[in-house]
Amino acid sequence: MINICNVARYQGPTEEELKKLRDSHVLLSSFEYERTPLFRGYTDKILTIDVGTKEASVADIPAEVKEKFIGGRGYCLRYLWDAVNPETRWDSPENEIVMSSGPIGGITQYAGTGKTLIATISPLTDIPIDSNVGGFFGPYLKFAGFDALEIRGKSDQDIVVVIDATRQTVTFEEAPLEHFDAHILCEELTALYADDENDKKNIAVVTAGSAAEYSNIAMLNFSFYDVRRGTTRIKQAGRGGIGRVFRNKGIKALVCKVDKVKGNLNNVYDIGIINKTGLRFHREMVQNDAKQNDMRGVGTSYSLRTLADYDLVPTNNFKFGDAPGIDNMTAKVLKSDWLTQGAADGCWYGCSMACAKASDHFLLETGPYKGQRVCVDGLEYESASGLGPNCGIYNPRDILEINFYCDTYGIDTISYGTMTAFLMECYERGILNKERTGGLDLTWGNAADDLEMLHQMSRNEGFGKIAALGIHKQKAYFAEMGWGDLSEMNDFGMEQKGLEYSEYSAKESLAQQGGYGLTNKGPQHDEAWLIFMDQVNNQIPTFEDKAEALFFYPMFRTWFGLMGLCKLPWNDIVPADNALTDDPKMVPEHVENYKNLYYGVTGQRITTDDMILQSERVYDFQRIFNIRMGKGLRADDAIPYRAAGPVFEEEYLSRQERYDRQLVEIVGLTEEEVQGMSVQEKMAATRKYREDQYQTLIDTVYRKRGWTRNGVPTVEHLRELGMDLPELLAVVEPLLAAEEA
Amino acid sequence: MKLNHREYAGFREGMTVADVIRESRFTWPNLVVRLNGTVVWPEEYGNTVVGSRDNLEVIHLLAGG
Repeated sequence: MINICNVARYQGPTEEELKKLRDSHVLLSSFEYERTPLFRGYTDKILTIDVGTKEASVADIPAEVKEKFIGGRGYCLRYLWDAVNPETRWDSPENEIVMSSGPIGGITQYAGTGKTLIATISPLTDIPIDSNVGGFFGPYLKFAGFDALEIRGKSDQDIVVVIDATRQTVTFEEAPLEHFDAHILCEELTALYADDENDKKNIAVVTAGSAAEYSNIAMLNFSFYDVRRGTTRIKQAGRGGIGRVFRNKGIKALVCKVDKVKGNLNNVYDIGIINKTGLRFHREMVQNDAKQNDMRGVGTSYSLRTLADYDLVPTNNFKFGDAPGIDNMTAKVLKSDWLTQGAADGCWYGCSMACAKASDHFLLETGPYKGQRVCVDGLEYESASGLGPNCGIYNPRDILEINFYCDTYGIDTISYGTMTAFLMECYERGILNKERTGGLDLTWGNAADDLEMLHQMSRNEGFGKIAALGIHKQKAYFAEMGWGDLSEMNDFGMEQKGLEYSEYSAKESLAQQGGYGLTNKGPQHDEAWLIFMDQVNNQIPTFEDKAEALFFYPMFRTWFGLMGLCKLPWNDIVPADNALTDDPKMVPEHVENYKNLYYGVTGQRITTDDMILQSERVYDFQRIFNIRMGKGLRADDAIPYRAAGPVFEEEYLSRQERYDRQLVEIVGLTEEEVQGMSVQEKMAATRKYREDQYQTLIDTVYRKRGWTRNGVPTVEHLRELGMDLPELLAVVEPLLAAEEA
Repeated sequence: MKLNHREYAGFREGMTVADVIRESRFTWPNLVVRLNGTVVWPEEYGNTVVGSRDNLEVIHLLAGG
């Protein structure tokens, strides 16, 4: 077992290297601003930077925007709406990247309070994508005087934009010599802009990576400086290709520099209640974590082994859920062989959950950094399961290496894992072969060629160019080339709205099929994770129950994104007496904590109903934003059949007893009828039943959400929410009229 | 015996909560167990016998980002 006490500090760039970088920088423009101090979690200012004109400006955030959109994801979507039009695509100059933390973001007394929310028009989906990320940038942006940042335009040279709160300046600098790969670039810029070693913790960097220039599945890396290890580490705003938009704008990096992080920079209303709430939570973490999920020991990967017991870990492109080699990846193995123990691995100050684990001095065996020892951030559950079992790979060493290169190249591990799994199944089915992949052998479990494909993607070479498209465009390309049948690929290509699925098998949970399919941005589990409630606990057996859950949880979880909060401290570790509460799954004590934090920061009392209202306003706004961009109606909520049931015979036969039993007990056939059916007939009956169920679920959920059968929020519902804004009515009214006719 | 509101096919006389959890492969670390509405704590799983008319709930708590 590796303990942090025995981890040698990392070496950053030398003084000579830094001088070379510094000398190469050309100041393109500089703007001074007067820093607005935070008051009760807000500055009420937004910074706009135009990387085309190299101009910066500061504006007030109107009171009505604050009231309706709150912060974080709400602000991101509001300002993005104002910037774009229905014809805007990801690479249009007017497309913006908007970032905002939220009113609670940046406090240091509670766990998980350092999130940044980001939105842009996605190259994968052509609609708004929102993603959240840890690291220092969002809180530092607030401390620099801004509740939000909008980035517009395109630069014709690679630039770094520096927001320096110590000087109250925004500068645009040409930065030709820095590396593109995130693990080096973050080190370089942190060292370059810090006054000394002690100042490095006051620097936050946002960047993508070398593959982001070419790949639709590119993400953003957000740095945080790890004082103990002496290195910058990175967290990822992974979903939806935000990194590609970033690089398309010619941005190499954003840097934010602050004086010093102190306990009450948010200038909150009542620090006492925040301190008290935080202390209680920290005590719980210390007492309960090791007995519950062991987030401090292994991070979210604690669940890998146990989720396989429930048939939930996507295996070979979501065909199965049992991950047969998962014993190589248990929490025990990861702790003893790979993940450093004993470190305070939080990605923001004050996070006692500390789940941002790392594998230290990991020796790379491939690629441009072969032979070097690096710090790998992870493994997180989604990365581990997507890059691992979903591709038939079970060696943690291989998965860590793929994870590292995804991160430093700026590639979303979830999309890369799900996309590679799709390509491997195409290879298995003869849609792809060595000739078509340029020699890559994409058989299940071939980590070496998986890595080679990733390296090709970073160099924009060979089959890496095809991999860079993402599943949605790959399917169209393979069909156009005559390699595969589009309708068949639509069944097993695990994307919806253009976004790759995250890493849970939803076949046996109708509610989770909706949890993925009825999302705004595409199939990401952060809106609703209902598998246990539905499939195991049997707490939501009826359509109405499922619809209630598919209303409440997406709204409740949206609230975290309005505030700048991480969702993990809500329910990954619970109070020791949580079982005695009326509703243990909601972790009532932690919900009260969040109400206390909101009150402590803003001075306003809030109820659960208020939280839902705040969220629903933003949620429905995003739904209408999707409709405005041409992709937000019922047809767009269809899901690939692999997400709901067995596509091919091998899947049916692998769980034949279960499926045959369901045909009798649920579908209503007799045992004699089932025995007399061929496998294909049984699959067809199963499919018809499951697809009908999904359609009924959609009807019920839409009703619950106040939407029409076509998925359009009604005017009456928008009025009830106080969201009957003229620009929203202009989108929905023609559709409502057409539906009535 | 009902497990999570469904008939439990594996029931046998004398089995304990621990037996049900093990045989159901309920390996999730965060469980809330209730027998006929009363909480059963982890240290009691092994000596709490379930009867044929009992209603056992093994609630898996949510988690995840």
